[in-house]
Amino acid sequence: MSALIEARRVTRILPGVVPTTLVHDIDLAIGDNEFLAITGPSGSGKSSLLYLLGLLDLPTEGEVLVRGTATARMDEEERAFTRLSGLGFVFQFHFLLPEFTALENVMLPMRALGRLAEPAMRQRSRDLLASFGLEDHVDKRPDQLSGGQRQRVAVARALANEPPVILADEPTGSLDSKSSEQVFEILRDLVDARGKTVVAVTHDLELAARMDRRVQLVDGAIVADERNPVPAVGRS
Amino acid sequence: MSLVLDIAWTHVRSRARQTLVAVAGVATGVGFSIMMAALMEGSQDDFMRQLIDALPHIAISDERRQAPHQPAEEVYAATKIYGLTPEERRRGIKNPLAIMAAIESWVPGAIAPSVKTQAILRYAGRDVGASVLGIDPHREPKVSALPKQMRQGTLASLFRASNAIILGSRLAEKIGARVGASITVQTGEGVQISAQVVGLFHSGVRQVDEATAYVLVKTGQVLARQTGLVNELRLRVADAMAAREIAGRIERETGYKAVSWQEAHEDLLSAFTIRNVIMFTVVGAILLVASFGTYNIISTITHEKARDIAIMKSLGLPEATVRRIFVLEAVLIGLLGGLLGWMLGYLLCLGLGSVEIKSPFMDATRLPIAWSPLHYAIAAAVAVASSVAAGYFPARKAARVHPVEIIRGAT
Repeated sequence: MSALIEARRVTRILPGVVPTTLVHDIDLAIGDNEFLAITGPSGSGKSSLLYLLGLLDLPTEGEVLVRGTATARMDEEERAFTRLSGLGFVFQFHFLLPEFTALENVMLPMRALGRLAEPAMRQRSRDLLASFGLEDHVDKRPDQLSGGQRQRVAVARALANEPPVILADEPTGSLDSKSSEQVFEILRDLVDARGKTVVAVTHDLELAARMDRRVQLVDGAIVADERNPVPAVGRS
Repeated sequence: MSLVLDIAWTHVRSRARQTLVAVAGVATGVGFSIMMAALMEGSQDDFMRQLIDALPHIAISDERRQAPHQPAEEVYAATKIYGLTPEERRRGIKNPLAIMAAIESWVPGAIAPSVKTQAILRYAGRDVGASVLGIDPHREPKVSALPKQMRQGTLASLFRASNAIILGSRLAEKIGARVGASITVQTGEGVQISAQVVGLFHSGVRQVDEATAYVLVKTGQVLARQTGLVNELRLRVADAMAAREIAGRIERETGYKAVSWQEAHEDLLSAFTIRNVIMFTVVGAILLVASFGTYNIISTITHEKARDIAIMKSLGLPEATVRRIFVLEAVLIGLLGGLLGWMLGYLLCLGLGSVEIKSPFMDATRLPIAWSPLHYAIAAAVAVASSVAAGYFPARKAARVHPVEIIRGAT
């Protein structure tokens, strides 16, 4: 069985007067139903790795495979489609479209994919938001929501097209501890209750310790990859 | 695609202030382009109209372009003639009625004869020199604006008295004559008659009003001592632009010199070409400046949305879709601005058209404004086109960037 996302000898060098190596020689396989933390000090290339895994960026060398399919030679259109249909993103800042309501933001990826009929999209978006305790806020715009609420809307949007994996870049980085906890619980629940894989970049070691697998980066290379000995309980 | 339209419309609608500024910017460009075009073309048309109306379209005079050929020249291949005393010709167009009938048979338009002579008008001891024109009141209205310029009496009043005369308004003032006055007309030919003033006209051109009088052809012929002859036949043709060709044919057929208005105004027509170049340069420059304004505003809006572009791309919206959103926004703003610009342009034209200009030599006139749908179409088309370009290029650039570069910049 092929891994959900696999990185093979991935190197990313930012071109410039002084080329900067973001990550180099990364080999990493991420399977189904994992809760993986990418940790490391600032500038270690955590986020860069996440962007590469999420096809938001192209490796200078090496190959990222999504469900066994090589992506390096895909054109931008195919990569976009792969992101749209199979990958969900949550960023440190919510990155919701400011002019649209929570509901519209969640519907956006569905409408772009166009697999569901309009009423079904609407219903699914409502359900997703309701499952994160946002049923009263579906028609509010991002600026009318709190940071934690926004981040939950962002998670709902990431789930819109039912991707098997959610990639989160410091999902709790700009939240207070209470909201952080809420968002973390939601991510935990995605893994445990919905069978998703969640890859989260975090510099919060305490949070990372509560996840199932930890990949530690230093200077753009993996220095540790450890799993919790006991599998998470309560899986469905 | 309804998603594209929806996002574009939401952007345009929810950023009301910015949209308003952009639309106002486009509208100003469109409106002022229309105004300038209307003004420039209006003045051009007005100039042309004055040129065409100032003189008859074609004037056939009793002159000839070349000295008449001598019989010897026609018989021998090479001749040289010394000390020739040409046969003295009587001035005037002979048999004007036959010529008029012949021309009328093929020229679409109207023709009127006139006899011209210089005379001194005398009334109450005051003498003023003037051109006295003998005209036909039946034919005259079809070739000149004189009937419309009548202040008192009509052209038909010329039939009322045996020697009736119509004076220019300033001429009448100068000699102090009113309608009904009996004045003396004396020509260089030595003819002196007493004429009754039956009307006054006012053309608005000082030179004309100061020194022109009209009488019947018959009276004119008496004054010029040329019974049965006229000096000039004036034509007004249906298509003023064809005057040159018609004049050429008349000249070939009758042998008399026929001068079209184009020939008479040759110098002015070359100035006209220069004015055309100036007009197109000015209007083109205004359109260009306006389109840069449009481009600026819309590309700024698109640049401000670079983050949204990155978000949409990271979610997996295809590049083409993202680009289309911003092009559509630009089109929406361009169209809204164009519509508003039409209104603005129309109002500006109305406003300018109501401005009165007074000059001591002419009657008060209004600014000439040309009303042409073409101006509106071109101004709006240029605005929409530059909006599309302004939306397309920044959006393409933003959509090409890997979203991560913008996301990195934001974090």
